[in-house]
Amino acid sequence: MARKDIQLDHQVILDLINPQSTVLDLGCGNGDLLYLLIKEKHARVQGIEIDEQAIYKCVAKGLNVFHGDVDSGLAEFSDKSFDYVVLNQSLQQILHVDKVLSDALRVGRKVIVGFPNFAHYKSRLQMLFLGRTPVTGALPYQWYETPNLHFLSISDFKNYCRLKAINIEQSVCIGQTRRTQFLPNLFAETGIFLISKK
Amino acid sequence: MSKEKKINKNNSVGIVKAQGFNFESLKLESGEKFGPVTLVYETYGCLNKDKSNAVLITHALSGDAHAAGLHEGKDNPGWWDDFIGPGKAFDTDKYFVICSNVLGGCKGSSGPASVNPKTGKPYALDFPLITINDIVNAQKCLVDHLGIEKLLSVVGGSMGGQQVLSWLVNYPQSLRSVVPIATTIKHSPQQIAFNEVGRQAIMADAHWRSGNYYDGPAPSKGLAVARMIGHITYMSDKSMAEKFGRAKKGTGESFKFTADFEVEGYLRYRGDNFVKRFDANSYLYITKAMDNFDASGGRSFEDVLQGTQVKVLVISFKSDWLYPAYQSKEIVKACKLAGVETTYCEIASTYGHDAFLLEVEEETHLIKHFLKKMLYAYEVTGDYGA
Repeated sequence: MARKDIQLDHQVILDLINPQSTVLDLGCGNGDLLYLLIKEKHARVQGIEIDEQAIYKCVAKGLNVFHGDVDSGLAEFSDKSFDYVVLNQSLQQILHVDKVLSDALRVGRKVIVGFPNFAHYKSRLQMLFLGRTPVTGALPYQWYETPNLHFLSISDFKNYCRLKAINIEQSVCIGQTRRTQFLPNLFAETGIFLISKK
Repeated sequence: MSKEKKINKNNSVGIVKAQGFNFESLKLESGEKFGPVTLVYETYGCLNKDKSNAVLITHALSGDAHAAGLHEGKDNPGWWDDFIGPGKAFDTDKYFVICSNVLGGCKGSSGPASVNPKTGKPYALDFPLITINDIVNAQKCLVDHLGIEKLLSVVGGSMGGQQVLSWLVNYPQSLRSVVPIATTIKHSPQQIAFNEVGRQAIMADAHWRSGNYYDGPAPSKGLAVARMIGHITYMSDKSMAEKFGRAKKGTGESFKFTADFEVEGYLRYRGDNFVKRFDANSYLYITKAMDNFDASGGRSFEDVLQGTQVKVLVISFKSDWLYPAYQSKEIVKACKLAGVETTYCEIASTYGHDAFLLEVEEETHLIKHFLKKMLYAYEVTGDYGA
């Protein structure tokens, strides 16, 4: 059911979410994903976003959004407030990853995490042959202007889940235009994981 | 507050007239029965057929019912004219906007300066001690009188925001949504302290005479000082620096302790102007109502909000140190925990508390889309009055 007008990572996340669920999007940006979730999945949604201009865009879409940072925004929710908590392209920019993920797993019954794969072959080649910090489609920033605080690979995240006894229910690895089944830690630009508490 | 207002004639609601609503009595929170009661109010726009487009605007400490448009023969527009009118945040082509002067006020509604029918003289301190909830209960009588069962929204900043929270707590079934702006669940000691200094300034004025000054000179000096303190708390360090700097008035030799600095002249001007339009006793009663207010009624605010279907938009301003953003975040936190549908935005303004009157573009964007969604939901679900 892939549609051309929807970003691939958004499509993957849409497919992971059951209709009529409640969803909290941490770092919801302009609210495009939340808007889709309402339209396509009739979900009840809430966003948290730090950027004021992005808040205005969310409000223009009719979304409920809290102005605040992800690091402190989760603590105030009670347990199992949402069916899903989504951290799409925000995990790598969060200060306290451990705290936020454990809070997300408390507040949501399930958590969806999407992040750029630092071990993508293009990054590896740039490191190996140019000896420079990689700049790729999924990691588009120069070292001096990147908002990313953490650089992780798909293997890193799997390993993290094993260490923390987090259950990986599904994982989908994608390039810019399609899903990547073969050696995802090498060929996927983005990893999207559906996780839950064991 | 401190804004020099300009009116754009193209999207003004035009000439407006205040109306009066009289009712027999109101049971106050204290248990006392007070009456007769007069509320002065203005309306803008038209109430639609199913009466689902009514928005109540609640005013701040020094505000009044004149929120928009012009009074015949006057050239100063209402206090929120930038927000109310065709195409504005409260689009009068879509919404029916109501604003009433608060109970205890001095701009037409019953207050300490009103004549006590029992004595034929102004109430002065015989006026009962009122609360924010009393103010809101009186507004509810007006809204009932206008035949409106469910308000699309109640919106207000500062003390207006306190009234919004009181509506949310006391009349959730009569509301579709609320927009509390730059406000708080309850005053902090700092907020109470500033109000107390204002009250002391009034009561220290020899003309105050325990509130019985209506047959003689008013305690103007005291009220002016109270207003000067108020104005300082409404601005930010930065907005004052930008507005006045250390600029001095005139170039001539100054006498001792004249208003040499621009900021001194401004405060004196604001203070002197205020006493022409405001009653000192009203200032005492209303600030006391603000200080005593606690929207949670001693419980946790989250428990109070449990189960409400009212949608909430909370707005705060970064440089507001009188009603700091953390107080708005406490409202948001309670909404979060109670599972109330909420949007929160902290606008990056440098105007201080005054920002709620001045940040027209940002607030308009937020309010406009929020209200549109509220109105639209009526059409989709058709659950109005259900």
